[in-house]
Amino acid sequence: MKKSAYVQQLDAINEYEFSPVPPEKHKGWKSFLGMYAGEHTAGTEFVIGPLFVVHGVSAIDLITGLLVGNVLAVFSWAFLTAPVATKTRLTLYALLEKITGKGLVKVYDVVNGLMFCFLAGSMIAVSASAIGIPFKIAMPGLADWYPTGIGWVLIVFVVGAIITLIATLGYNQVSKFANITAPWMILIFIAAAVAVLPQLGIYSIQDFWHVAQTKIWTGIPLEGQSKFTFWHIMFFAWFCNMAMHIGMADITILRYAKKWQYGFASFGGMFLGHFIAWIASGILCAAALGNIVPGPIAYTSAGIAGIICVVLAGWTTANPTIYRAGLAFQAIFPKTKRWKVTIIVGIITTMAACFPALVMKLLDFVALYGLVLMPMGAVIIIDIYVLKKLNMASNYAQFKNIPISWQAAGAWVITLIFCLALNVYLGVDIFFLGLPGWFIAAGLYIILSKLIQSKNINYAH
Amino acid sequence: MLAKFVSAIGLVLTIVPAFLVFKGILTLEENHHLMLLGTIFWFLSASFWINKDN
Repeated sequence: MKKSAYVQQLDAINEYEFSPVPPEKHKGWKSFLGMYAGEHTAGTEFVIGPLFVVHGVSAIDLITGLLVGNVLAVFSWAFLTAPVATKTRLTLYALLEKITGKGLVKVYDVVNGLMFCFLAGSMIAVSASAIGIPFKIAMPGLADWYPTGIGWVLIVFVVGAIITLIATLGYNQVSKFANITAPWMILIFIAAAVAVLPQLGIYSIQDFWHVAQTKIWTGIPLEGQSKFTFWHIMFFAWFCNMAMHIGMADITILRYAKKWQYGFASFGGMFLGHFIAWIASGILCAAALGNIVPGPIAYTSAGIAGIICVVLAGWTTANPTIYRAGLAFQAIFPKTKRWKVTIIVGIITTMAACFPALVMKLLDFVALYGLVLMPMGAVIIIDIYVLKKLNMASNYAQFKNIPISWQAAGAWVITLIFCLALNVYLGVDIFFLGLPGWFIAAGLYIILSKLIQSKNINYAH
Repeated sequence: MLAKFVSAIGLVLTIVPAFLVFKGILTLEENHHLMLLGTIFWFLSASFWINKDN
């Protein structure tokens, strides 16, 4: 059967899934600035800011926690992720195959791909919450975990189908889309928040801090919600994208960077999206009397432009996330074209998006998602920068031609068991587990490598 | 050049009216109309130059 021109075009897109990105394909810093600003000024920002309000963080804890946490996140991208990306020029999955073996990377791919699906699903749900407004469809509330009606499900499926179609076109289309929406989107966030300040009793800049402390970030959580402190905000701001920086998922994106310093382009995303937009959406939540559903609070404050913003904000984040999930599953089925895998991923994501729990429990999910994938980031860093200095072989699975590197598998699984034990038995909040978890994973990988490698090989070469 | 000018007008219409609401010069509803106009200007013009500059 003759292929259509569209399918031929899709087949011709080469995203260098299994080979290093050649120098002529490297991109300038603007591409990454647009990508990060677009991706992190997103639909979820409309949810996270209000959830901080719901959890009763105080104004001073919010501001200082966001400042410190976002700086640490930018440093993580710049000093950990980008140097690995520009040194190897490989996707995360191609690099992991060399280090951990094809068998283990398949397990990792399934976990990673599913996490990306759920994350993208929450963003599709955010977009859908805006599209439902003109159709007068009831939106899910803070207590809703399951689909709230056929109208909600229909809208989620329409949004999911469109986003999936764009994601099949690859990274270039995603980057172009993000570049166009990013500058306008952050202005919508700011404008929406500024316009509702008089409703909160703020008529001059001098009024702001007093109202911020007494009406917005009051320090008192809603009934049934846990209390957030400076440490919750700092660690959440640092680790909400832990899978992408410390977990190394973004080497797939940053492998296109001409220089490792382009990792600092994440600054745009952090301080526009995870500082200004989180503060702005917290203000919107307070002005909407505690409502946290993105579509309605954006419509109240910014009208139809607000609805468009929420829809596009969901898209700009869901697009690269579905793209990444497509790459993850393609590593499991390497003979299948990426766009075909992306369509399957899009269907799974859309089904997940029907469940409002993804939005209402977003903070916990985001923290869990980073934590689960983080140990492999520690394994990569140790493998590239430390093992040779300790007279051990890096890329051990490729070197020994084995399907599973048991030192990597052990470091991953034992770290997660340890973190789970800290959470269950000592009551350590999930937001705080990433930091000790990284050092445990790194230490375990070194110890297990020493035990396993010394038994098997001679490293003279 | 024209596209960039229209984009700039779009961004101005998106952000400035909100500050006029803050100052009590515009109503929230008037702000909504101007923000929508700014949004239309931005999306009609930005695609002509943003990705070409990069």
